[in-house]
Amino acid sequence: MKITLFIPCFIDAIYPKVGMAMVQILEKLGHTIEFPGELTCCGQPPFNSGYWPEARRLARPVLKRLENAGAIVIGSGSCGAMLKSFYPQLFAGEPEEAAANALSAKCFEFSGFLVNQLGVTDLGASFPHKVTFHDGCHGLREMLGKQPPRELLKHVRGLELVEMTEAETCCGFGGTFATKFASISTAMGEVKCASAAETGADYMVSNDSSCLMHLKGLLDRQGRPLKTLHLAEILVQS
Amino acid sequence: MTGNATQFQNDADRLTSDLTHRQRIQSAMTKYYAARYPRQAIFRDWQEGRQTAAETKWAGINELDKHLAEFEKNAVSRGTSVHWTSTSEQARQVIVDIIRRHNAQRIVKSKVMTSEEIHLNQLLESLGFEVVESDLGEYIQQLKNEPPYHFVFPCMHLSREEISDLFENHLGTAQTHDPEALTMIARDVLRKKYIEADIGITGANFIVAETGMISITENEGNARLTAALPRVMITLVGIEKILPRLADLALFLPMLATAGTGQPLTCYNTMYGGPRQPGEVDGPEEWHVVFLDNNRTTLLADPEQRDALHCIRCGACLNVCPIFKNVGGFSYGTTYQGPIGSVITPHLRGLQDWKHLSSASSLCGACTETCPVKIDLHHHLLHNRRNAVAEKPGRLESLLWQGFTFLMKRPWLYQTGLRVGRLLQPLHGLVKGDILDPARAWTKSRELPEIAPVSFRDYWKNRPLVSAGDRKGGPP
Amino acid sequence: MTERDKIFSRIRDALKTASPKPGSHHLGHHPTAQQPDSLTAARTAASGARDWLPSVGHTEAEWITLFTKNSFDLRTSVIVAADAGAAHRQLRALSEAEGWARVATHGHGIAAGASAALGLNQINTDGGYDVHALERCDAGISGCDALIAQTGSILLTTRSGGGRALSVLPPHHVVIARLDQMVPDLPSAYELLHHTYGPAQWPSMITIITGPSRTGDIERILVLGAHGPKKLTVILY
Ligand code: SF4
Repeated sequence: MKITLFIPCFIDAIYPKVGMAMVQILEKLGHTIEFPGELTCCGQPPFNSGYWPEARRLARPVLKRLENAGAIVIGSGSCGAMLKSFYPQLFAGEPEEAAANALSAKCFEFSGFLVNQLGVTDLGASFPHKVTFHDGCHGLREMLGKQPPRELLKHVRGLELVEMTEAETCCGFGGTFATKFASISTAMGEVKCASAAETGADYMVSNDSSCLMHLKGLLDRQGRPLKTLHLAEILVQS
Repeated sequence: MTGNATQFQNDADRLTSDLTHRQRIQSAMTKYYAARYPRQAIFRDWQEGRQTAAETKWAGINELDKHLAEFEKNAVSRGTSVHWTSTSEQARQVIVDIIRRHNAQRIVKSKVMTSEEIHLNQLLESLGFEVVESDLGEYIQQLKNEPPYHFVFPCMHLSREEISDLFENHLGTAQTHDPEALTMIARDVLRKKYIEADIGITGANFIVAETGMISITENEGNARLTAALPRVMITLVGIEKILPRLADLALFLPMLATAGTGQPLTCYNTMYGGPRQPGEVDGPEEWHVVFLDNNRTTLLADPEQRDALHCIRCGACLNVCPIFKNVGGFSYGTTYQGPIGSVITPHLRGLQDWKHLSSASSLCGACTETCPVKIDLHHHLLHNRRNAVAEKPGRLESLLWQGFTFLMKRPWLYQTGLRVGRLLQPLHGLVKGDILDPARAWTKSRELPEIAPVSFRDYWKNRPLVSAGDRKGGPP
Repeated sequence: MTERDKIFSRIRDALKTASPKPGSHHLGHHPTAQQPDSLTAARTAASGARDWLPSVGHTEAEWITLFTKNSFDLRTSVIVAADAGAAHRQLRALSEAEGWARVATHGHGIAAGASAALGLNQINTDGGYDVHALERCDAGISGCDALIAQTGSILLTTRSGGGRALSVLPPHHVVIARLDQMVPDLPSAYELLHHTYGPAQWPSMITIITGPSRTGDIERILVLGAHGPKKLTVILY
């Protein structure tokens, strides 16, 4: 199958390894990857800030470029949610409404795509560590639910998954919220980090790099030994 | 920033660093989760129940005029007086007139959130009437001279020690740290109040069009006593509390209890259909239902957010909200706290003054997921942000987003920016965390991520071309 | 124009544009002109609740077991007696154990009978009552319209329960009921209400009582008897 990869800006710039891991996994499964390098931003930052016309200006090229794409896989629940559930709202009543609805149907979060669309749960990975999983809110609530990432982790050799009590609680990143309301964002992150640390895990894993960017920043500042990794980076370990 | 926004930021900064406060709220909520989720799980189908509840409210609200008229006709036929008020001022006037007409002095109230909205207690006290809140939590807040902290759990921020001190100061009772003993102190004081009161004021959780009744959900029995003993009963209620049919309550009562406190039903769910009827032995001689609009019709006129009027005030969205749990109820500065408060307050009290509450959210969606009537809460926060900008864009912010859009629409410019950033990043260490740091809002509490030496784009462009055949290695 | 007219006209103006059906927010939607039959197609809780509420079983025996279990969780005491005589003896035993001196009741067949058999000072609320005297009673003894298995609740009204205060002012509320008053679930309770009182005989108060009065306002710790009865007993036969 030809798969179009949508790589959000922060994966491109800060966590390229996540994108590379996704490519490696999907190619190993025999799929052809297409990467539209001219797409930089889905428009979520201005959208979330209330600047919808600006968001539409960023989203239009995405709609146009992905019009003829097959399955579109997105490495971040948050940007995934933008394409999948917020484009239809952003373009409601606009000429592109139908295109946005059509795009919505073919967008998939990475782990949900593997498990639900490809029916793959075992990628032959091995990672002999204790990990705890953080559900990115948008992945969890706008895209796929709790199960797919856990299914994938369950099949990683040597990996021990310990759930934290606050697995489904927001980490406090929230895009511009993280700096606009830094004290709240930090407090939320602290709750998350404390809950993750309580499990005694070595790694906090998530399917959303944007959450991890915030959490890693906090963990490093607090000098906690807990490390962060994107799910895709685990699935390529052998 | 408006005064409200500054106050919110300051309170949030202060309360997020108050670990005792955060801990207390967290532990109260942990008790709530432990009760709620198992209770929800025994529903045959909670999700379908939510959908049914949502559609029932939707049908009710979208024919609000018809249902309110039906309520009125039925209620009046049994001797109920129905009053219509557009503003706080009018509602206050109607209530004061009723009280004066009866030469009443003593007033007992059960929980009425709408009365917080119109600041009724302050008015009645200033006019020299005795007003007593009878719900335990509300009574404690009244003694403390504070509004409710949470519209379902009014004094959840207080410890038993603080409550004991409060009782000692106001009632002269001995110190006790036993919740039961504290409750009994309030019980004794308030029993006398119901018996002596001339007027009982209640709220309502539902208005039933079909039978002209209101329904009150409570646990303590204070509303039942308030509606039983005084000779005049006044019910103040927002026009949106409508349900078309009496039997709709068969679903709404258990859903409200489950979402609100994790109970199968609260102790008392009582439907009132009039003042004392011929042949009845007690109950008020007069019953006045005071309907309040107070800008609810403004929200009604926004079809996109109209479903916010479906709210049954269960408080669940507050209980799961990570913002609420970290900043607490008072920071909001609103009658209705938490996600629902952030959504509706801009409609009730002005968008520009209250838009900051809609921005103060990570949009995690826990509220929408938990809401028993499926209000699209976190999306409405986005709608409020959009409406606020459309109405009055921030000058600097506008420029910023135009700049951002300009940059991001040009991949080459974005990539150049990235390269420059990569070059400059080592210099950031010189200012990190201090006042000159442009990223201070981030770096005050967090390390800044590093820009990778090779971006994904560069990797993709430069990776050795493999033939399609080689790539299709097939599954291992 | 009265205030009522103004409010109704604002409502009618506001409703000229329809709002999207709940649950459709994942798709793009924008307000449309009112479609006449879209509202009538909505689900209603009044007719659809049973399918989603907790299961209750099919037989009367299952309902009684469920009612007893729910009551236990709620701290309601349930006493199942063999017949009226046994119920009266149970009530007397309760009265002696708690040292009642005065009780209140009303002219409801089986509640009045049971109370009379106690041979104590009693108030009958039927002819009106002095509120201080009612407050001093040790127990209020009433009948009811139905018992609801699904939630362990008692359904009563001003008529079946001796007014508004009898079941809430004294510190112990005792309900005397027949086993055949058990209904399986909340929808059945509402059907019964309609059947008994609708459409023109509605009492001014209908209440569903689920356990003795309680509060969790202090540190979310459960305390019974916040304002209403500290104890609730159901004697069934
Ligand atoms: S918005 Fe929903 S969850 Fe929040 S209080 Fe209202 S009904 Fe409850």
